[in-house]
Amino acid sequence: MPASLVEGDSLLAVDIGGANTRAVLFDVVEGTYRFLASGSAPSTAEAPFKDVSEGVRNALENLQMVTGRTFLGADRKLITPAQADGSGVDAFVCTLSAGPALKTVIVGLLSDVSLESARRLAETTYTRVVDSFGLNDHRKPDMQIDTLLRLRPDVVIITGGTDGGASRSIHKMLEPTGLSSYLLAPERRPAVLFAGNQKLDDEVKELLGGVSSALHFSPNVRPSLDTEDLEPAARELTSLYLEIRKRQLKGVDTLESWAGGYVLPTAYAEGRMMRFLGQVYGGARGGILGIDIGASAAVIAAGFRERNSLGVYPHFGLGENLPALLQYTTLENILRWSPLDIATGVLRDYIFQKSLYPSSIPATKEDQVIAQAVTREALYLAMQTAKRDFPRSARVPKPGLLPFFEPIIAGGGALGDAPTPGQGLLLLLDAIQPVGVTTIILDRNNLLPLLGAAAARNSILPVHVLESGAFQSLGTVVSAVGNASYGSLIVRARLVYENGTEARADVKYGSMEILPLPVGQSAKLTLQPQRGADVGFGSGRGGTTTVSGGAMGVVIDGRGRPLILPDDPVRRRELIKRWLWTVGG
Amino acid sequence: MALAHVHHILPLTTIVRERVLPVKGKVLARLNQRVSPTDVVAEATWSREHIFLDVSRTLNLSPDAADKLIRCKVNDRLAAGAVIASGRGLIPKIVKTPVEGRVVAAGGGQVLIESGESRMELRAGISGNVVNIIPDRGVVIQTAGALIQGVWGNGRVDTGVMINLAEKPDAILNAKRLDVSMRGSVIIAGQVRDAETLQAAAELPVRGLILACLFPSLLPMARDMRYPIVLTDGFGAMPMNSAAYKLITTNVKREATLNAETFDRYSGARPEVIIPLPVSSEPAPPVDVETFAAGQMVRLRRPPAVGMIGTITSLQSGLTTFPSGLRAAAANIKLENGEQLLVPLVNLEVVG
Repeated sequence: MPASLVEGDSLLAVDIGGANTRAVLFDVVEGTYRFLASGSAPSTAEAPFKDVSEGVRNALENLQMVTGRTFLGADRKLITPAQADGSGVDAFVCTLSAGPALKTVIVGLLSDVSLESARRLAETTYTRVVDSFGLNDHRKPDMQIDTLLRLRPDVVIITGGTDGGASRSIHKMLEPTGLSSYLLAPERRPAVLFAGNQKLDDEVKELLGGVSSALHFSPNVRPSLDTEDLEPAARELTSLYLEIRKRQLKGVDTLESWAGGYVLPTAYAEGRMMRFLGQVYGGARGGILGIDIGASAAVIAAGFRERNSLGVYPHFGLGENLPALLQYTTLENILRWSPLDIATGVLRDYIFQKSLYPSSIPATKEDQVIAQAVTREALYLAMQTAKRDFPRSARVPKPGLLPFFEPIIAGGGALGDAPTPGQGLLLLLDAIQPVGVTTIILDRNNLLPLLGAAAARNSILPVHVLESGAFQSLGTVVSAVGNASYGSLIVRARLVYENGTEARADVKYGSMEILPLPVGQSAKLTLQPQRGADVGFGSGRGGTTTVSGGAMGVVIDGRGRPLILPDDPVRRRELIKRWLWTVGG
Repeated sequence: MALAHVHHILPLTTIVRERVLPVKGKVLARLNQRVSPTDVVAEATWSREHIFLDVSRTLNLSPDAADKLIRCKVNDRLAAGAVIASGRGLIPKIVKTPVEGRVVAAGGGQVLIESGESRMELRAGISGNVVNIIPDRGVVIQTAGALIQGVWGNGRVDTGVMINLAEKPDAILNAKRLDVSMRGSVIIAGQVRDAETLQAAAELPVRGLILACLFPSLLPMARDMRYPIVLTDGFGAMPMNSAAYKLITTNVKREATLNAETFDRYSGARPEVIIPLPVSSEPAPPVDVETFAAGQMVRLRRPPAVGMIGTITSLQSGLTTFPSGLRAAAANIKLENGEQLLVPLVNLEVVG
């Protein structure tokens, strides 16, 4: 890219998470945009601060110390645009995930059609679906009214009816929402998003316009029975989310004015970036997958040729919601990931104690082992949940397994903080269980959502930063799908380096092998699966592909898919220790 | 400059608390009135359920036509069986209200009635002076005394004289220790590990339990108890932090209010023990935010030494690598037993 095409504007991007707020500086170096530095501080959405902008200012002050530049004036306001003396910044964007998940009620007609779309729509941002009302609901309208009054949702999402289709049934479904809102004090009324039969927009306006705290409309999520289009409604839900956050959290409006309106929910910004990456990089070996797990939520964003999918799961977040994880799994299931013998009581106490102090970190080895086991299980469950909504046409090696993805980009506090690249990689392999050949990239500085937000202001910046090496490649992973007895040969691998030398590995079922391949290098990898295993070329079929290096080189995972851990706890822990040792501990 | 959360364990401070109704109501207390914990400061009525009558659908009429037949209007009080509307014809269909109630909405061929009216009384919860009235909602009360914040509460509020059953900070309370002489008291204990003890406390009944910690498996039952439960330290089996233990046990036989509010990190509501004390002048209010500095008393939030109290001897420059492998800003802490530890700042809270 010639330097003349670069606008030369510096850009500050800030992400306000449930635990931490990070400020990141992008600027032009030698004609291209680069990620220069980041600063962070604890988030301040909570009491006693109750003002998210305070944490942003603290993170910016930290960034000022790191860079030696000045971004805040004496009045602690952002200096924008950049001044002749070098202070300030030309542009500012912000992403936000702090705050409690929005209590959401979904309303639709058929449970497996419009209500299912409403659920998927709710899952595109930080919501918690607390109830759903459909045509088959056995509750009478007055019971639904009392339920809504008791639940006091922040948001009601109403779907149903194809365009020009059912109207009377939807009208009936609107009544409980309208009447319960009417009975609530104005400041407690829910915001409403109507994403159903567009012909009813005027009627909805008439019924709910005066009794909702905000009424938004979007194109129908189900324009016809066999078509689902969530994108426009997800965009509308995003603006509704920010509207509610502005009411709930002090400081969001200040940041919005700094950003000239460029404030986005973190997950939405990440989804936007994955859509972009899917268009640029996706296709050859499968879809593209983005993962983010932190205190607020687990976010799974996947880009496929057919469509994109974004799942935001606050109940799998590692902060204040952590005890909710036990509604989806057991203590024993979490501990199956632990290389140490840890009592279930210790784990239970950890989960509840951690929920009190989401920003605290493990200082001891045992605490770290527990933290990683919890992260594995939360991410595993998030992945299994997200998988339901992947397009059926996505290529999978075997029913029930993940589709092929290339690459997989992982970020979020819990992954970026892994003490070694090997630990981070193993955590991802255990939780995601990818298949075939894929590159794993670690977004250590959690840039992806920030780039997604920046893209709206400066479309060149994300492209430059992505190409600048700001992301850490952990390497190429080959995951064999197949069954064999432990210790029997499952894959033969030969890696031919650019200089003509080669390395070989015979990978046995239940084990992992690493072939070194440094960052920036590529090599030809020839794979010969045994016993009908599939490494991405089809069952029992071998092949050669070009792979790129990374911190861990080429990792061949012969543990099978799905990964089945031994029932015997002693043997299981020994195996986990061996895998940890293989990836460098 | 690293900001620190402050955990209040204060022997004497000015405490200001808002007491508000969850729904609109009537404030009974007056400005500057002296209130005791059991005084009702506001009251409200609300309806438990609603009855939705779709006259239009029942009579098979248009909404406009149905509206003309509806005989009640908003705010009408109706007896059970009262006729809402009757249709036309020789044998007209009649719509009646099945329950006694008040009409809250009528129009569009429909009627909504609220029934099962309940009365709610909001008590002061603490003794003190009413320093502000929040119209239709409640009051702000100010008092002076000791304040001990907790980390978990079961949502109840009550007041009683404190009895100490925790000879040491990690003493385990069991049902056998509870006897009739403790009826109406607030019990100080270290840990409760079984459901029988919570049940025995309910049967006495006690006015509250102050505990260091509780097993997470007991939380659902603890939430159902009618008496307040405040946990000072957390979950599992850990002793009460020494600062809280000393302050609470030195005030035994005094009246204490247990405001076992649910911990809401966004509003700042926290469970707490308030021990009103006589003062000649208004003591300083609590400070909510500090910056970490040497000499501060701190409480450890995570292992090792979770829940223990220590003093910051120095702040580390740069980042420190911990046995977990993580790197973070840290402080050197001297625990009360003399042990020295390096602790991440994010795992500390200032006690004060």
